[in-house]
Amino acid sequence: MKVLLTGNEAIARGAYEAGVGVAAGYPGTPSTEILESIVQYPKIYSQWSPNEKVAFEVGVGASIAGSRTLVTMKHVGVNVAADPLLTFSYTGVNGGFVLVSADDPGMHSSQNEQDNRRYGRLAKIPVLEPADSREAKEFVKKAFEISEAFDTPVMLRITTRIAHSQGMVELAEPVPVVKKEYTKNAQKYVMIPAYGRIRHTVVEERTEKLVQYAGETELNVTEIKDRKFGIITSGICYQYVKEAFPQASILKLGMTYPLSQKLVKDFASQVDRVFVVEELEPFLEEAVVTMGLKVDGKRLFSLIGELSAKMVREKINRELGLASFPDEERTREGLPSIPARPPVLCPGCPHRAVFYVLKKLKMVVTGDIGCYTLGALPPLEAMDTTICMGASIGTALGMEKSNPELAKRIVAVIGDSTFFHSGITGLVDMLYNKGKGTVLILDNSTTAMTGHQQHPATGKTLKNEPTAAVNIAGLVKGLGVKRVVEVDPFDLAHLEAIIKEETAAEEVSVIIAKRPCALLEKAASGYMVIDEAKCINCKQCMALGCPAIALRDGRVTINPEICNGCNLCTQVCKVGAIRRAGEDVE
Amino acid sequence: MLNKINLLLVGVGGQGTILASKILAEVALLSGLDVKMSEIHGMAQRGGSVVTHVKMGDEIYSPLVEEGEADIILSFEQLEALRWLSFLKPDGEIITGTQVIEPVPVIMGKAVYPSGIVETIQGRVQKLISLDALAVATECGNAKASNVVLMGVLARRLGFAKEIWLKALENKVPTKFLEINKKAFTQGYELV
Ligand SMILES: Cc1ncc(C[n+]2csc(CCOP(=O)(O)OP(=O)(O)O)c2C)c(N)n1
Ligand code: SF4
Repeated sequence: MKVLLTGNEAIARGAYEAGVGVAAGYPGTPSTEILESIVQYPKIYSQWSPNEKVAFEVGVGASIAGSRTLVTMKHVGVNVAADPLLTFSYTGVNGGFVLVSADDPGMHSSQNEQDNRRYGRLAKIPVLEPADSREAKEFVKKAFEISEAFDTPVMLRITTRIAHSQGMVELAEPVPVVKKEYTKNAQKYVMIPAYGRIRHTVVEERTEKLVQYAGETELNVTEIKDRKFGIITSGICYQYVKEAFPQASILKLGMTYPLSQKLVKDFASQVDRVFVVEELEPFLEEAVVTMGLKVDGKRLFSLIGELSAKMVREKINRELGLASFPDEERTREGLPSIPARPPVLCPGCPHRAVFYVLKKLKMVVTGDIGCYTLGALPPLEAMDTTICMGASIGTALGMEKSNPELAKRIVAVIGDSTFFHSGITGLVDMLYNKGKGTVLILDNSTTAMTGHQQHPATGKTLKNEPTAAVNIAGLVKGLGVKRVVEVDPFDLAHLEAIIKEETAAEEVSVIIAKRPCALLEKAASGYMVIDEAKCINCKQCMALGCPAIALRDGRVTINPEICNGCNLCTQVCKVGAIRRAGEDVE
Repeated sequence: MLNKINLLLVGVGGQGTILASKILAEVALLSGLDVKMSEIHGMAQRGGSVVTHVKMGDEIYSPLVEEGEADIILSFEQLEALRWLSFLKPDGEIITGTQVIEPVPVIMGKAVYPSGIVETIQGRVQKLISLDALAVATECGNAKASNVVLMGVLARRLGFAKEIWLKALENKVPTKFLEINKKAFTQGYELV
């Protein structure tokens, strides 16, 4: 049967057809839907872990115990999981192990655009790159075969355009869940130096065999047509190349690490000149140049962002001295200027209150990653730093140690899911090293940014089954923090008083701002209205940056269609002009 | 029919742009065509622009519709139609709902929502259909179905059998909204 699947759904299906027994991951665009889709196959045990390192380690255990195992994460997640990855490469697997790395060229929703194929080479594990949904499913199955045949974890590297594009996929029957026998083997799985040295030799021998395999596998396809030039490419770029030059000779690499010198040289010898088309890093280009071949790649194509069929067509045509076929482009000349449509915190978002107060108090805010990073944008603009998940707390401590004058004004702001991901160790550091900082945990009972996944404090698993819910206040007190307060961010005056009090304190304090995400639970019924007679049009309420409060013909208005009734604006208004619709005017 | 059709569906988070694209891709699948659909939805829930690319034909490679390549742009909001205008082929067609959703810079008074968008587009494209799909959907009983009203209009232009569209709706729309969506679709289908 043929169906339409996104790349992510196809990967989940591939895992099912391959007899995967265990799947783990941490949410992150564009990888999140793989595990959300795997839930539909009850034979697979699947879970969200608190972060990618733990997810990877759960996968390591599952593989060693005998199951075929899939672990999923976004590209930056692999940074977090890199430690077990680099050594698991030494031990190798029992049940097959596939790591999905979902990269995000163009940074559609990421903080950087690193190219994780480099991790494949660093860890010395095979890297497979599917070019569409059909291949995504097939490559997952192939990856498990390679993993078991060569005793190695395998990376399936996808990009946003693969993950979030739908294409036709032919479904196949699943094999029964694979379960290999577990036998203790310390020399293989206990990486003390003595055993590690032995395993390193095994890894280098393995790479030689993989190079051999790269020359034979049907994952790599040579299409010889027009011999004037040939293009080496992989992943989504293969589609751009086909679109731009249907008649070109192409070496399509399904396995991009390691490469077979013989395969590449054979291809190059059949064409007059060779181009390498790849997004981000010159990963293939460097490998090919090392083989002594002369090719053109990053001299023509940017290291930054995504490519497209049009770019491939224009750059190569120009290089060949061929006329490009310029599309008749519509000029933007004479068009009115088109306002951007940036994302905003939802009406009724509990994060808004926190940033309103932090801005008012002129705090130095070390931020973190989540919906609340939108607090960095106008009009709230209440964030000084954002680096990676979990960084807020360590950064706050470093700022305090470096510049004690700032100490009383520094607040670290971190989401609940992010706190579990990698905030706890930062807090331990703050406590251990006599910090005096204030940490604000934004507990909205969900991982909102990536589409509302469960996390360790929600009391539900990936499969929506009830489970133990970690108590954040209890956890923090258990670490030894003495000043721990829970507040409702929708009580602005109280929130402000608490933030003032805790930042003034001469020791670590943790404020937990507790209120569910507005998309999970509506804070109150109804909507707010402005009493035109009382309103002095001072626009103070607009400083909240709420999309329901709009300026219309110079006057402040509230849009009842999207107002959430959260009541923040009422508290901000100095003349009492805002009230809940239907409630009596005093 | 052309042997390849490129469509761009554009709207604002919450307008059902992605569902509409899924229905469209399903129609192609049911008609035995190759099809690819690509979406960028990172910030869709937080009121950002949403754009999906749908390409159908004998064999599709790149899932992306690039500047100057769209045969049809289906827009669920006026400003978005204008924003993506440069993606239309010279002889391409625009179908747009006249709904207005003000972006934050406009709400904050930092930018203006251009006036006369439909007229501006009219002056630049050969074929334009604009209609108040929101009103039609509201009449059918659910404002949320305005995306499907516009799908009905699109269906007339594309030339697949109506039964295929209805089947695609059945496959993609949750049962409890199916009747209202079929009604909204038919309204759009009969309209132009
Ligand atoms: C290492 C890493 N993994 C995953 C992500 C993707 N990601 C960004 S924010 C976020 C979680 C945000 O959840 P939370 O902290 O609860 O904040 P909320 O969005 O709910 O406000 C995730 C998973 C990332 N940026 N980096
Ligand atoms: S999804 Fe939830 S947490 Fe994110 S901006 Fe909206 S209300 Fe806030």
